[in-house]
This record gives sequence, C-alpha cells and structure tokens, in this order.
Amino acid sequence: MAVEAKHLALHHSDGEENLREQLMFDPKPRKEMNAMVMEAMQTADLKYWTVVAILAGLVATCLLGAWGYMIVVGMGVAGINRPVFWGLFISNFVFWIGISHAGTFVSAILRVFKAEFRRPFTRAAELMTTFGLAAGATYPLIHLGRVWTFYYMIPAPNQRGLWPNFHSPLEWDLVAITTYLLGSTMYLFLPLIPDLAMARDNSTGWRYQLYRFLALGWRGTETEWRHLTTAIKIFAWTIIPVMFSVHTIVSWDFAVSMTPGWHSTIFGPFFIAGAVFSGVSAVAMVLFIIRISMVNMDYFIRAEHFDGLGKLVLIFSFVWAYFYFNEFMVEWYGGEAAHHNVMDFITKGPNAWLWYVMLICNIVIPWLTLWSGKVRRTPWMMFVIGVVINIGMYIERVVIVPITLSRGRFPFDWGEYTPRVEILISIGSLSLFLLLYALASRVIPLIPVWEVQEGQEAHSLKKIGKTEVPSVIDVE
Amino acid sequence: MEESHGKWGMVIDLDRCNGCQACVTACSLENNIPATGYDNASYGRGMHWMRIIRTWEGEYPDIKANFQPVMCQQCGRAPCEPVCPVFATQHSQAEEINLQVYNRCIGTRYCANNCPYTARVFNWFDWEHPEPMNYYLNPDVTVRGRGVMEKCTFCVQRIRRGEETAKAQGRGVQDGEVQPACAQVCPTNAIVFGDFSDPESRVSQLASTQRSARLEESLGTQPRVVYLQSLL
Repeated sequence: MAVEAKHLALHHSDGEENLREQLMFDPKPRKEMNAMVMEAMQTADLKYWTVVAILAGLVATCLLGAWGYMIVVGMGVAGINRPVFWGLFISNFVFWIGISHAGTFVSAILRVFKAEFRRPFTRAAELMTTFGLAAGATYPLIHLGRVWTFYYMIPAPNQRGLWPNFHSPLEWDLVAITTYLLGSTMYLFLPLIPDLAMARDNSTGWRYQLYRFLALGWRGTETEWRHLTTAIKIFAWTIIPVMFSVHTIVSWDFAVSMTPGWHSTIFGPFFIAGAVFSGVSAVAMVLFIIRISMVNMDYFIRAEHFDGLGKLVLIFSFVWAYFYFNEFMVEWYGGEAAHHNVMDFITKGPNAWLWYVMLICNIVIPWLTLWSGKVRRTPWMMFVIGVVINIGMYIERVVIVPITLSRGRFPFDWGEYTPRVEILISIGSLSLFLLLYALASRVIPLIPVWEVQEGQEAHSLKKIGKTEVPSVIDVE
Repeated sequence: MEESHGKWGMVIDLDRCNGCQACVTACSLENNIPATGYDNASYGRGMHWMRIIRTWEGEYPDIKANFQPVMCQQCGRAPCEPVCPVFATQHSQAEEINLQVYNRCIGTRYCANNCPYTARVFNWFDWEHPEPMNYYLNPDVTVRGRGVMEKCTFCVQRIRRGEETAKAQGRGVQDGEVQPACAQVCPTNAIVFGDFSDPESRVSQLASTQRSARLEESLGTQPRVVYLQSLL
C-alpha cells in the first residue's frame, strides 16, 4: 500500500485485551506476517505428502479408473435406469456447483458490502469456487452416454453446418459454467497478484521463477494499486450476477421440464439459497482444516471468523427452510395426483429416511446450535456442523434428482434406483477437490496478506447497533 | 396454442386389445431391438419401444385386466425436442414425425426425463444380438451402439418405402398401404395406422368417434396417437 496509515487500534482504550482477540486489532509488522505466510506455504512434512499421495491414488482409481471403465463398457455400470435417467452424477454436479458459490458469496458479496471480517479468508473461499467448479464441471461429461462426442455441444462452426440447440437448458449450463469458471478464476487471480509479488521477493529457486512469472512484474507503485483496486471492484460486482445466474440455470435444468416434482417456479432462488448454505458451511470446514493442518494459521483464522460464518450459515438455513416450505406447501395444496405421488414417495417411500435426515441436518441442527455464540466461536464445532449441513444438502440433491424421477406420471413405469459405480466416482471427485486444494495450499499464499495488512493499518471503528465494528476507508 | 398439422397418426382401440404382446414382439424384430435379459429388464433396462400397460380393475374375484399399448405418442409439440442440446431429437420435415438422430445423440438423457409418457429407452451397453438373432436384423434400420437414446419412429422406414413405391407408380399413398409392424401384426386389429390429414382415412373416421382420447392431453403435447377408450 502506498498510503502509510497509523495503527488506529492502539487509540482505543475500552477493553484492549478483548480487542486483541480480533485480527484487525492484533497487528504484526509486515515483514513478520509475510514470513509467517511463506513458512506456512513452504512447510510440507511427511504427513502432508502421505495425504497427497492417498488423494492422488483415489483420484486415479475412483475417478479416472472408474470413469474410464464406464466409458469403455457403457453407462450401464452406473445404477441409472428407466425411469431414473439421471442419478447421483447430476446430484454431484448440483452439489459441487453449489459448493463453488461459497467463494463468490463470501468473497465478492462481503467485499462489496465491506464486511471486514472477510479479509483473512477470502482467498480460501475463492479457491473453493475454482476447485468446486473443477469437480462439478466434470459431471456433465461423466454423465454423457457418448462423452467422446461432447464437442457437439460447443458452438463451433463446422463443415456440416450443425449448431447446438440454444433452447436447451444444458446449453445454457455450458455457457453459464464456462463464464463462471473464467470469471471466478480471474477474480481469484487479481487479488493474488500483490501476494505473488510478496512471495517472489521472499523466495528462491523454482518458487522464485514461478512467482516471478505469475506476479506479472508487480512493483507496488501508486498506479498499479489504483488499477488493481479498480479491477477488483469491477470483478467483485460483476461476478455476483454471474453467480446468481449459474445456479439459477442449474435449477432450470429441472424447473423448465414438465416432470412432476421438478416443474416449479421457485427453484431458482431455492437452489441459490441451498448453494450458499452448503457453500458457506463448507468454507467453515475448510478454514478449520487449514487452521489445524498448516503452521501459523491460528494467527490469521480466529474464533471471530467462525463466528461470522456461523451467523451467515444460520441465516441461510432460515432462507433455505423458507423456500423449501414454499415449494412443498404449494405443490401439496395444488393437489395434482402426479405431484402427490412424488411427494408421497419422498416422505413415505422406502427412502423416506433420507428426507427426514435432510430436515434434521439442514434445519434442526443449525437452528438448535448456531444461536449460541459459544458454538459459533468453537472451530471444531463449526466443522462438525459444516459436515452435517453438507450431508443434508447432498441428500437434498439426491431427493430432487433420482428420488423424484422414480415416480413419473404412469404408475406402470415407476422404478427404483440403486447407485453402483456412481459411489466410486463420487469419492473420486471429492478426492479431486481435496487434492487440488492441498496442492494449491503449498503453492498459493492462502492468506491475502496485503488485505489483512490493509485492514490492520487503515481501519477505524464504526458503531453499528450496540457493537463497534472495524470499517476500512478505501486506500486510494 | 399453435396446432401442429401432423400427417401420420395411430388409433388404438382399447376394447379390442387383449394384451397379447404381439405388437411388442413385432416391433422388436422390425426395429432391431435387442433382448436384454431378465435381470436388466426388471431393473428398468428393457429396450422395448412399446409396452403394454396392464392395470387391474376391481377386487378378486370380480377382477378385470385392462391393457393399453403405449409407445412414443409422436407429440406435435414434443417436450423432448427443446431440451436436447444438440438437436438429436427432431421433427423430420418430410414425414412430420419425431425422430431420433442416433449419430448426433450425445446421451444427456434429458429428453427421456422430460417425456411425460416415459416412451424413451437408452442403450446402457452395447447390447448383443446373439446367433441366430443377428440374421434377423432389419437392413433398413440402424443398429444402435451404447450411449444413445432411441424410441418408436412409427416405423419410418416403412413410411418411406410406401411413399417411394407410390411415387414410382405415379400415385398417392393409399389408406392402409403403410403399416407399422405393430399394426400389421395385431391379431384383433386394435392398432390402426394412417393419414390424419385425409378426413376419409380409417384413422380419421375412428378418431372422430366419442370414445377417442389422447394421453395426458392437458399437458399440451398434442399427441398423434388416439386411444379409443374401453367401454366393456
């Protein structure tokens, strides 16, 4: 930063000790903080490499191996059938695209609303967007019957003059997800530039060469900062509507069809609420893992951050429950036989236990626990709640895709679904996400150091309601 | 809503259908449909393009079985068509029926999810036609490989042959000249195929009776298959 602001934190007399619990009021010299982040990135012990090796093995066997087997033998090795033409592959797709919403939501929305507690973990959340998309975007390919012809969907001029069908929601998916992947990767990269330059200045060898290339010759001049903050602002604002469009379009895959149980007008906002709900709780899980597995991280990631995320999760639990109640209530009241058959199967069928587990995970447990500040401020409890919520949200997608499809309009053609190779591939793509994250954690500075420093140096206290919160006047 | 003026259509008299499954068998032979075996078929992987929906009416001993042959309803406004990302399921301009382009299909299976009649079947594997069944394969019909969707085509190969024969003899196609395999083989003549655009044709006559109804008509799919409801 070009502006040298004073350490305002020291000017406050009330509860010096309490304030110190917040990262903003517990400043460290710039050099020391840089060294801490570099150390975290360069520490890779045997335990780390063991985990990486196991994850890589799982990706190779469960994802690539099982998928390759399915390509060679046929889709029949999965459990899908008639009438359940879509199964866990599509559930996983929706789940991972949902996880990818966390990054944008936590980073972009909290950034434009200047929620200062976001500062140390925006990068961790943005990485989840990129890798969540990487895991999710493989599923439209995995579930194709003839994946070797996937390029028919790409609107490229060809000799036969064939063009994809832009009436199809799957085509909208392709456009939306590609846009989101490119946009969110650029949005990840922009705030990363000053940190890459920091890493370049503090490293040698191959790391130096890598960061020198990636930092694009960043020197930290006044002009560069002005351009960077403007670019980040533009991207933060534009990535928000893109994020909304992506999950709305994913929901339209279902909502525009005439399948009972899918044809619903509320699916757009309902899916977004669900995506942010599972995504934000996944951010809490990732932060917990980073905090316990990497050195120096307990300085950056503190109880206050879990507290803030916990409040967001609770709010989105309310929003999700509200939409779900709406969706269910209106269809039940409508009384159409085809819809009632689907709802009866969901709530009373052989898989009804899934539905009840989902309600417990998504509503009962968050509502009972997250009220308590003590729970929200305990990292391991937030981790457990995050796991519970993500299990619940995964079940929600399972209920929406294969379980809903089991009950069509003709009772003669009702069917049941048992996942087969899907289970292996699901484990494989979870491993892919974790593997990419584990590798990135040792290459990319997981903490946006300059943002933390900016916050520590240039904030003032603003009174909102009864509490005072730090707020930063833009350094321009 | 815009009416679609289809030409070819089918009338199925449910009073005449006795559920003998001859149409299902004939369809399978005509269209190179593989037999998938007991385990696959009971797991929802039978490949039949048509099925006889059997429902029971009443309680034992006063019980009656109802049969309804259901295949692709050849919707005028087909829900399967807009959702395909690659135009693999389309109305053919010449015959005005909904066809599947196997070479274009990439296997998203969205069309099958959006079909209210569950009329579509998917090639989960490369099904075998074990000897001597391979000698029965119809040279007019593509043998499908794994990963593509398929469904009833109203025996488009027979429609084409009928039209070409009539053209070569310099006349129009006569009523009853073109018959899909199911209609040809039906022992009770429950299935009648013909030209709906001709008011004098047998299908038009039959469809104008009070018993005529279409499946899930309220969805606005404008099916081209008319059922004459059972009164017996």
